[in-house]
Order: sequence, then structure tokens, then C-alpha cells
Amino acid sequence: MPNLSVNLAGLRLDNPVIPASGTFGFGYEFAELYDINVLGSIALKGTTKEPRFGNPLPRIAECEGGLINSVGLQNPGVHAVIDEELPRLEKVFHKPAVANISGFAIEDYACCAELFDKDPRIGILEINVSCPNVHNGGMSFGTEPESAAAVTRAVKAVTKKPVFMKLTPNVTDIAAIARACADAGADGISLINTLLGMRIDLKRRAPVIANTMGGFSGRAVFPVALRMVWQVYEATGLPIMGIGGVSSAEDVIEMLLAGATAVQVGAENLVKPWACPQIIEALPAAMQKYGIENLSDIIGGAHHG
Amino acid sequence: MNQLTYTITKNAPLTADVYRMTLTGDTSAITAPGQFINIKLDGLFLRRPISICDWDEEGLTIIYKVVGRGTEQMSKMKSGETLDCLVGLGNGYDIAACPQNPVLVGGGVGVPPLYGLAKRLIASDRKPSVILGFNTAAEIFGDMEFASLGVNVTVTTVDGSAGVKGFVTSALKGGEYVCACGPEPMLKAVHKIASGGQFSFEARMGCGFGACMGCSCQTVAGPKRICKDGPVLTYEEILWP
Repeated sequence: MPNLSVNLAGLRLDNPVIPASGTFGFGYEFAELYDINVLGSIALKGTTKEPRFGNPLPRIAECEGGLINSVGLQNPGVHAVIDEELPRLEKVFHKPAVANISGFAIEDYACCAELFDKDPRIGILEINVSCPNVHNGGMSFGTEPESAAAVTRAVKAVTKKPVFMKLTPNVTDIAAIARACADAGADGISLINTLLGMRIDLKRRAPVIANTMGGFSGRAVFPVALRMVWQVYEATGLPIMGIGGVSSAEDVIEMLLAGATAVQVGAENLVKPWACPQIIEALPAAMQKYGIENLSDIIGGAHHG
Repeated sequence: MNQLTYTITKNAPLTADVYRMTLTGDTSAITAPGQFINIKLDGLFLRRPISICDWDEEGLTIIYKVVGRGTEQMSKMKSGETLDCLVGLGNGYDIAACPQNPVLVGGGVGVPPLYGLAKRLIASDRKPSVILGFNTAAEIFGDMEFASLGVNVTVTTVDGSAGVKGFVTSALKGGEYVCACGPEPMLKAVHKIASGGQFSFEARMGCGFGACMGCSCQTVAGPKRICKDGPVLTYEEILWP
């Protein structure tokens, strides 16, 4: 019997498949479709200190092999997430979830992290540093090693739970950012967030997305994500949640070979709502085909020497 | 919600760019008129949401306008081909909330879901009347089908080439309870003069089932998702941007 379990920074997951933040809400839309306890865990909708409506519509654009989204972190705010969303989720999901935190100032991250730290329903904190820093001209926290490290330190100071820094791929040197997070005490790295992109409507001669640009994700980004997982594994050796274009059991295995310990499935959930359980079901046969008994044996397995 | 494979039994144009497609397959997930299906098409990543015109135990009918790559691809499909669809999506029209004589107001390709609604209103002993708005006579479709249900049909055209000249509001007295579907400017104009009703909205969607927040709008009761909490919103909850 193939063994799908992995140990993610001290958290034992039945399998490495986790729906990615922003593609799974707070879980219960999917709980109407299947038993979400088959999942390794769930990365919850990105949460900010204050409630946010997000960006104007249209927020979505079709692309070859994926989509652009510009939702803008719509969420009810950390207090409503803890008081309203998690109690609803708890009824249908009985494993520790991954809280996903966004902020526009370092204090915002620390505030949310401190609140989630006390919550037994949360197993891992995933810190999205792709947001603009309002105190630094709107430059994303994740594009400079110093600011990514500063967020890491601020979060680590207020929590004992494992902290995974979720990195933006829109940088020159992903390894340098990841190393800065590792040196600042990060327990793991999640990557990649979406690639900045845009589309233009030919009839209107104007951008499709109301906010002009948005984040590109979907199957097309898989090679980029895989490459960055590879680089960060070599640069830090930290546990990694590999994210970007994962749509099959083979993709999961490829991500693990590149260095991921767990894998998040994002855009695929939106067009194939049963994508995660289908991938989990397909894993044993794929493992058998490639001679894998324990998934945890192959993490980083393509790095030689 | 179900994910199902439907077989196309007919796909033919009604006007220059509006097509009617009939599909056979399980329709048990459909619970109300105004709901939609989300269609997977070869070579396109996102599914395409299309409102259900009518359905029975054997299958369903959709009427769609060719506006882009997805609908263009659909227009070329032949009977016997299959479509992968998510079905039973959205919050449709609430028949129980309708009074005895609701006015159904459709604009252009917003007309189709009102047909399934009219049939079910009649089945629940109500007497709807229908106002169908188009730009010009050549774009008119559906008027005969509504007439054959025995409902009073008024057609409006912006250029006056058929029916009442002007927008759908030219055919409304004001103060009616309205079930509307059409472009947002039409919905807004109708909302302004109606006394109550239910309004179906359109949006570019990511998932179509409430997961991605790609189609959220502000309402009196806070943010709602057009795909899951809508597409039909009540008169009272609508906030115009």
C-alpha cells in the first residue's frame, strides 16, 4: 500500500494535496461537493486585519492555460474569520488548516498572526508577502529581502505555529528572498504566488481587468513554479509548499522531486471542482508507476550531488 | 451542483448571432429558473456561464449570443457532440415571492431565462406579462414562444423598427413588481421605476460556484457573489455602483 503521508514542518498530513488560498474560500462550498477531510489540509482565503471588499469588476480574465485574477483580497477581516468562518469550517473539516495572512503594514501581519496563533483549528500560518507595503511607496514586501525578512521576524515573534512565507515570483532572485526569510526564522516557504499579467479587450481597446493588471495562474505557470521550488530548495533546505499550475498526480510527484513537501492546487479547483480528490485518488497508481512507496522519500529527489 | 456530460441534440441560429442549443442529460440539479450552467470548452481554461432558458426531466435549452471565443466555438458545435457542464449553479428566481401579476422584463440575450420563469409562474397559477427589449427588429427572438404560453407580450425596439419604440421602460407604467434580466443599464433603469422584484445580473466569473470571489458585488446586506448568491438579487438588496 503506497504511503501518501508527509510531515510538513512538524504537521503530519495524510497526503500532500492542499487547495491553495483564494481558490477554495473557507472550504464549505466544496464541502457540499465532497468530504473535504480527504485533503491534506486547506489553505484558507487570504485574511487581512480589516474587512476588504476588494477590487472593482471585472476581476477575471481568460488566458491560454490559465486565468488572470484581480480579486484584491476580498475577505471579512480576521475577527470575522475566527468568529464566523472557522466555526462553520470546523463542522465539515476536522484537520488543522493553513491560515493565509495578508497585510499592508508589518503590524497588520503581526496582529493577524497573533490572533490565529491562539486558534487550535489553525496548524500553519502562511504569510502572503505579495501585498504592497503602504509605508514603502506601495512596493511589495516580497520583492526585497529586507522587507520580506522584517515581516518574517514580526510574525515569528508572536506565534509558535510553523510560519510559511508565501513568495511572489515577480522578483529577479527568488533564492535571495527565500534565504532572507529563512535567516529571519521562517519554518517554510510557499511558492509561487501569481505572476503579474494583463489582457486587452480588442473590441474596447482597453484592459479586460478593471485594475488593469492581475495575477496569472493555472497550468501554464507550472514550469515556472517548479523551477522556483527547485531554486528555493537548494537555497534554503526549508520545507516547501509547491504552488502553481498543479493539475495532476504526476504534477504532485514532480513538485516533490523538485523539493516540495506539500503541494497546493489553485486555479484547477475553479474549473474542476473535484480536482483535489481526483488528484489524491490518482496518486497511488502514479506512485506505483514510478516505483514510489513513500511519497516522503522523494522530496527533493531530483537534486543530485 | 453536479458535473455532467450533456449531449447536444440541436444547435441552430435564431438571429444573426443568437443561437438556441438543446441538450439531453440529467437535470435533477436544477432547482429554479434563472440558474445557469458553466460549460467547459476545448482549448479554453475558464468555463463559460450560460443561463438556462428551460428544462424538463430529459434535458435543457440554452440560448446564447456569440460574443467571444467561447460562444463562437459553441455556435459551431453539432448535434451529437458533448459538453462538460457544471449544472445547478446560482440562486434563481423565487416563484413564491412573486405576486399574482409580475412583469417579466428581458433585454436582448437576457430574455431566455424569463421563458422558464414564465412557464413556472403560470404553473403556479400566476399571470405574468412580458416585455422584451431589443435594439432592432432583426434581433428579435422568443416573442412567439412567450405568446404561445398565453402571456401578454410587448416588444420594444430602440430604433422603432418593431413594437414600441424605445427602451423596455417605455412599456412600463412604473410601480410594477418586475422580474428582470438584461444588461446592467437596463436593470438599473427598470429598478428605478419598479416597486419591487427580482433582478438577474451578469458578470465575468472565475468558478461559477462561489469559491473565487471573482464576481462579487456590494449589496445592502454586504458583499454577495453574482454566481452563488445571485445571479438573481432582490429589489431591496441591490446597490448600484
